[in-house]
Amino acid sequence: MKPAPFDYARARSVEHAVELLGREGARVLAGGQSLIATLNMRLSHPSLLVDINEIAGLDRIARRNGHIEIGALVRHAQAERAADIAQAAPLVARALPHIGHPAIRNRGTIGGSIAFADPAAELPACLLALAGEVEIAGPAGKRSVKADDFFHGLFETALGPSDVLTAIRLPVATRDTRVGFAELARRHGDYAMVGLAAAARANGKKLGDVRLAFFGVGATPVRARHAEEALAAGDLETGVKALDRNLDPPDDVQATGTVKKHLAGVLLCRVARQLSEPVA
Amino acid sequence: MSAHEITLTVNGEEVREAVDARTTLVDFLRDTLGLTGSHVGCEHGVCGTCSVRLDGVVVRGCLTLAVQCDGHKVETIEGASDSGALADLQETFRTRNALQCGYCTPAMLLTAAELLARGDVPSRAAIREYLSGNYCRCTGYHAIVDAVEAVARARAGATS
Repeated sequence: MKPAPFDYARARSVEHAVELLGREGARVLAGGQSLIATLNMRLSHPSLLVDINEIAGLDRIARRNGHIEIGALVRHAQAERAADIAQAAPLVARALPHIGHPAIRNRGTIGGSIAFADPAAELPACLLALAGEVEIAGPAGKRSVKADDFFHGLFETALGPSDVLTAIRLPVATRDTRVGFAELARRHGDYAMVGLAAAARANGKKLGDVRLAFFGVGATPVRARHAEEALAAGDLETGVKALDRNLDPPDDVQATGTVKKHLAGVLLCRVARQLSEPVA
Repeated sequence: MSAHEITLTVNGEEVREAVDARTTLVDFLRDTLGLTGSHVGCEHGVCGTCSVRLDGVVVRGCLTLAVQCDGHKVETIEGASDSGALADLQETFRTRNALQCGYCTPAMLLTAAELLARGDVPSRAAIREYLSGNYCRCTGYHAIVDAVEAVARARAGATS
């Protein structure tokens, strides 16, 4: 199908984008790999698209004060090639190849994936597992929101209608950092039936600060807190059992909730193995 | 919903046209410029038949708006083919019977060319993964993977 008519404006700066977004029915256009598909299918009908692709400086990757900041317009393919991300954000590096296909990753952006907040998408779960932060510019100025407070509901986030996500910030991996990533999809590049992004800190032979962010199991990426505690106590079996309490995946076109719950346990075992080894 | 004046480079030539904001890049190329080598399949980014190069990288022509290409460089299968850069790949697709209806072929060529541009000989699994965003309904992919692998080997042999 073809999109319904809309207006289009190129933002010259973040401030200009925020100003343009003040119009009723305006939406940000970044990589467009989800948005334009929904326009073509007439699932969304904005009155104005505010194209942020030409704003200079939003495509940078920089290390600052123990964090790595990834600009909103960094393309997935650019992030895949970035040595800084491989080193400082190994969880993101592991997740990136699972996103769509090469042509999608050439155009899709890190900021777009987070802002769109598809509950079955990889990067929102990574942000949550890493306890990252989201940098936002809005009518009242700049602010940052912690990942735990960012995802509100199905495709709903802390972003207001006139807000622009400008970057995400992740803690730089250290020697003690452990990460794990696994997902099950029917075909490579499809949205996951179930996925898991995880981070922890090695403390001798034990794990601390375990954060398990499941995706494809609810309206947002979901932390499995009892399973986190069990893994920190070195008890994987209890962790898998705890998923029964922590996750309540609804049935969808991919699988029933019961199947998803079972698969979540399978993934937890795989990821626990990854967490037991240093990041290569 | 006014028309937008855009100026872009298509296959090395400057093009100036007025487009509606909602016109996708692939529709612009086909309907306005008559470049029908880029095909329209699913129109939501799944099948890959609309693949074109934007500023040197392969993108979905159905998930890019023509108006976004103002000031940018687009290359289609027509340009890539005329340049001769795909000649060995095209010839090997023919000899390996890596197409039947040909609907997916222009996009398969552009995507395979991007993989081959890395310069190594990718594994068959890596070829399949790279082409996973391009759907083919007739040849079952096997001959396509054969062709891409054969070109990678031939190019590696030719340079070593």
